[in-house]
Amino acid sequence: MKTPAILIVFVFGSLLVLSTLDFPPWGDPAAPASVHVSPHYIEQAMAETSVPNIVTAVLADYRGYDTLFETIVIFTAGVACLFLLRIFRRIEPESRMYRHIPTGITLRITKPVSPPLETAEFERIDLMWVPYDLVVKTACRLIVPFSQLFALYVIAHGHHSPGGGFQGGVILGASIILYAISNNMRASLVRFNEKLAVLLCGLGVLIYAGTGAAAILLGANYLDYGALSEILGADAIAARSFGILMVEIGVGITVMAVMVHLYYSLASAGRHDEGL
Amino acid sequence: MNALLTLIVSRANYWMTIALMMVGLYAMIARKNLVKKIIGMNILQTAVILFFISIGAKKDATIPIVRHGAGIHNHAVQAADYINPLPHVLMLTAIVVAVSTLGVALALAIRIFQQYQTLEEDEILAQLQDKAPGKE
Repeated sequence: MKTPAILIVFVFGSLLVLSTLDFPPWGDPAAPASVHVSPHYIEQAMAETSVPNIVTAVLADYRGYDTLFETIVIFTAGVACLFLLRIFRRIEPESRMYRHIPTGITLRITKPVSPPLETAEFERIDLMWVPYDLVVKTACRLIVPFSQLFALYVIAHGHHSPGGGFQGGVILGASIILYAISNNMRASLVRFNEKLAVLLCGLGVLIYAGTGAAAILLGANYLDYGALSEILGADAIAARSFGILMVEIGVGITVMAVMVHLYYSLASAGRHDEGL
Repeated sequence: MNALLTLIVSRANYWMTIALMMVGLYAMIARKNLVKKIIGMNILQTAVILFFISIGAKKDATIPIVRHGAGIHNHAVQAADYINPLPHVLMLTAIVVAVSTLGVALALAIRIFQQYQTLEEDEILAQLQDKAPGKE
């Protein structure tokens, strides 16, 4: 198996290297990729959309359909993961683990007590016992709010600096995953539960598609944000900028929710109770 | 000699991405473990992303954000001053989609493990062949 694989890879790689001899040199301003549509984007984006970050303008406006369907791909991935892994039948484990918070002693209760032991002194912990680590918990408690603030900045400031819905959404999702890793998944599910994650997956796509549909209702083409000027009371070019912001918020919500949902599903193998 | 050096410098980016792509392709072909195959797929995706980004580069150009703000007057924007934004847009979405597809691939791997108690391709195939005659 190994020798043919090396042979295939080597032949394929040599063919690709051979083909690069016809490619434009690295950094050539006259490369075919840089002379077709991109000069129009670079020179006109500021005048047409009033968004200085050309990447954002192209992403959400010139190539709005592409980004809409990329968002739907991400949404579909989240839904696919749900249907592949989710176990709806709740199987109560035979034993439960509790930590006595003041002393740090761990208890295992084999017969389920009813009502479950949930007081201020006892904290339920995972069966795959993770040792209590004050350093990790405290450090992550400091990091999480600032990374969330930074994520909102990245989404909201995507017009003027590198950033946007995809990047900000991933940072926002990562902050929630960090919380789930540093504490445990049960604590994270209390604050950001599965239902909310799935609802937000759909809500982001709805915001994106709804912004496009609003343009239709105002008598323009789908995703033609210039028409939103009638609602927003701004001129058509500023309205494009606002439309892009709304779309980026929708993308950010979907990306954040899908990242969190993928983490919950994969880490708990679909049980959504405990894991990692 | 000088011509060869020029050739190497002007094509080095493509060759590095091709090397990375071949690493990923080799992992996908030769490895029997499904998780290693998924890792190989991700390395291949990263190679494609780097390839696109390197296409967008222009010599003596800056990031594709038009200079703006207080004190900067509206001047004519020259396309040669900014790198090509299009590959960045395409790869921006591709990175997040790659993460999502990675999630679905890992979900499939988890399901396969639940079914067969193994992630080795040959062991799964052996189990499938054991089962097939018994059913008929």
